[in-house]
Amino acid sequence: MKLSALAERRIIYSVLFVAVALPLIFPIGWTTEVSEYTRMAYQLIESTPEDKVVIISFDYDPSTMTELQPMSEAMIEHAFKKNHKVIATALWPMGVQMAEQAFSKVLLDYPEKTRGEDFVNLGYKVGGMVTIQAMGRSLPEVFPKDTQNTPFEEIPMLKNVRRLKDVAYISSLSSGVPGIKEWMMVARDNYQVPVTGGCTAVSAPGFFPYVNEQRQLYGLLGGLKGASEYESLIGRLGSATTKMDAQSIAHLLILIFIATGNIKAYKAKRRKKS
Amino acid sequence: MIQFMNVFGIWLAAFFTISIFSFLYKDNPFYKFSEQVFVGLSAAYWLVYIIYSIMIPNLFAKLIADFSGNAILLIPATLGVMMLMRLHPRTQWLSRFPIAIMIGTTAGISMLRYMKSDILEQVTATMINPFAAPDTAGVIGNLLLIIGTITGVFFFYFSKKQDGIFKVPSKIGIYFLMISFGATFGYTVMARISLLIGRLEFLLKDWLHIIQ
Repeated sequence: MKLSALAERRIIYSVLFVAVALPLIFPIGWTTEVSEYTRMAYQLIESTPEDKVVIISFDYDPSTMTELQPMSEAMIEHAFKKNHKVIATALWPMGVQMAEQAFSKVLLDYPEKTRGEDFVNLGYKVGGMVTIQAMGRSLPEVFPKDTQNTPFEEIPMLKNVRRLKDVAYISSLSSGVPGIKEWMMVARDNYQVPVTGGCTAVSAPGFFPYVNEQRQLYGLLGGLKGASEYESLIGRLGSATTKMDAQSIAHLLILIFIATGNIKAYKAKRRKKS
Repeated sequence: MIQFMNVFGIWLAAFFTISIFSFLYKDNPFYKFSEQVFVGLSAAYWLVYIIYSIMIPNLFAKLIADFSGNAILLIPATLGVMMLMRLHPRTQWLSRFPIAIMIGTTAGISMLRYMKSDILEQVTATMINPFAAPDTAGVIGNLLLIIGTITGVFFFYFSKKQDGIFKVPSKIGIYFLMISFGATFGYTVMARISLLIGRLEFLLKDWLHIIQ
């Protein structure tokens, strides 16, 4: 039976749809091996002493939250576990809401953490690289108030924080520009503040070269897999871990499709020759 | 009322998700409608966001609070107005000045940063002793890094015809590039599947309550 290209495409979409949906309904529980990139990011946070102030920058919006929200929740949880004081910033406008959502989810397990003492959301600032440069000179000038309209000077956890150099590390969860690259270019390469973070899978190969001998990036979480690896390192059964089953099944299916396509193309070529 | 709005929002989101997915079967009015709504909503959202999150706090609020102290803000405000002059054919020449300032500033800042981060730091990171790694895998990795970088860069060296002995590193460079394209494709597939997982999770969890 010969199927048209359109019909074939529809079959592929339908099978992929079912293959992704089924593991979400009936989780398999496959584990993923932790990569060196994720381990490096984990070790940076793990080795930072207690009570240090850190920045987690929410440089994404809802379109990529499937990949990046599990990372931000895992990183906030890890920072809370280590008693770090978390400053949330955003280089993307919707990052502010993403930060609030992530905090409210993690706070369910850490009800003792309070706003202003253990974490603060400084909100969004336009400008990308220029803004980060200004943060290197003076944080209160860039963020005079937090999202609750509390002046910077009145936030207890920020009393010793004046500029980027006063934070222990920066973690950027990034889905484009401005994002982790701008943080690295200014905060790491100009102010020598360690930068780590995560990005969408599609942009991960472009950032891996920065995880190098120079430590331009201290590790990197690449896509949903990076998020699930991080969750396994901090012992958290988060949403990334459950979604990885669907991811793995889909990859397997795509491999089968590619192999089938190649066999078909080979056969067609042979038929044409003969 | 809040409960109703929440449920209504979820049903609306489900409707638009399914409408967008319906394009995979074939182009149809539901897809077109969803696409237009998305474009319109995005434009309106950005307009409101720019006014309330950028213009008001960074310009108007500061000028109202202390006009003489923040008078310098009138310069970027004027440049912004000049940029809008682009909309009228007779005044559009005025927009060249703010555009020139933007291009000059961006080029200046980026040149410095990219030179340091993308060239100097990257080249330094490749200048390593490959045998200093603690284990065999590390040594092999370092050697691959050095060979891959040199041959990859050599492939883009066009001042000499790549034949004879010069063809060898170029050929090796192509293999390294092909492997990197394969890895990039793999990650792209992962990203796209993640988007599908995200929408399916919404449909199965928030809308249909099939999963917890």
